[in-house]
Amino acid sequence: MTLLASAVAAALVLLAAALVLNAWRLVRGPSAADRIVALDTAYINTIALLVLLGIARDSALYFEAALLIALVGFVGTVALCKFVLRGDIVE
Amino acid sequence: MDAPPLRELVVAALLLVGAAFALVGSIGLARLPDFYARLHGPTKATTLGVGAMLAASALWFSGRDAGVSLHELLVSGFLVLTAPASAHLLARAALHLGVAERSRWLAPWPRRPAAPGGAERAPEHPPEPPLQGAGAERAR
Repeated sequence: MTLLASAVAAALVLLAAALVLNAWRLVRGPSAADRIVALDTAYINTIALLVLLGIARDSALYFEAALLIALVGFVGTVALCKFVLRGDIVE
Repeated sequence: MDAPPLRELVVAALLLVGAAFALVGSIGLARLPDFYARLHGPTKATTLGVGAMLAASALWFSGRDAGVSLHELLVSGFLVLTAPASAHLLARAALHLGVAERSRWLAPWPRRPAAPGGAERAPEHPPEPPLQGAGAERAR
């Protein structure tokens, strides 16, 4: 196992633990805002996971998915916040 | 692996640092006691962690096939731009919902009943200003 491969494996473990903690907060709540923050953190961690997979598989394709998730995740967070604030998304 | 060892070393270090910061942000999200404290973990630590991992990816793919790989900067720049905006919106949403603003382990200065004989002691913190805005009465 080379140095990079072991670093990738360790980072995968750390990111998986981070995603498990996010899921715990998502289930636990207690408020809707906590759940939105959990989703927000989860998409950011997913970007990190995809970048890591792109390095591990040596493919630039994963990067496009990471870019898409970055764009759509922000829009999703804004939409959820707008829904909580206004009771409607598009006014 | 035909990469030069120094570059591989730097990429591995950046990956580990980035993943550790992402984990620290998620631990903060899971463990901190109230919502406004929990907001700090994802918006700062996790963004820094993802930034470090994107820097590792940029370094790794630079000089592979098509010269310098700079489109990772796109994602990290976008995240740096959007993280404060989404944190601001989340805090506003929490204020609107009336999420409790302080937890018990932080200094409970305004609402603690005065200890007998301790009334002449000066308060350690100034009293908090009243909340402004839409969630003011519900947040109480």
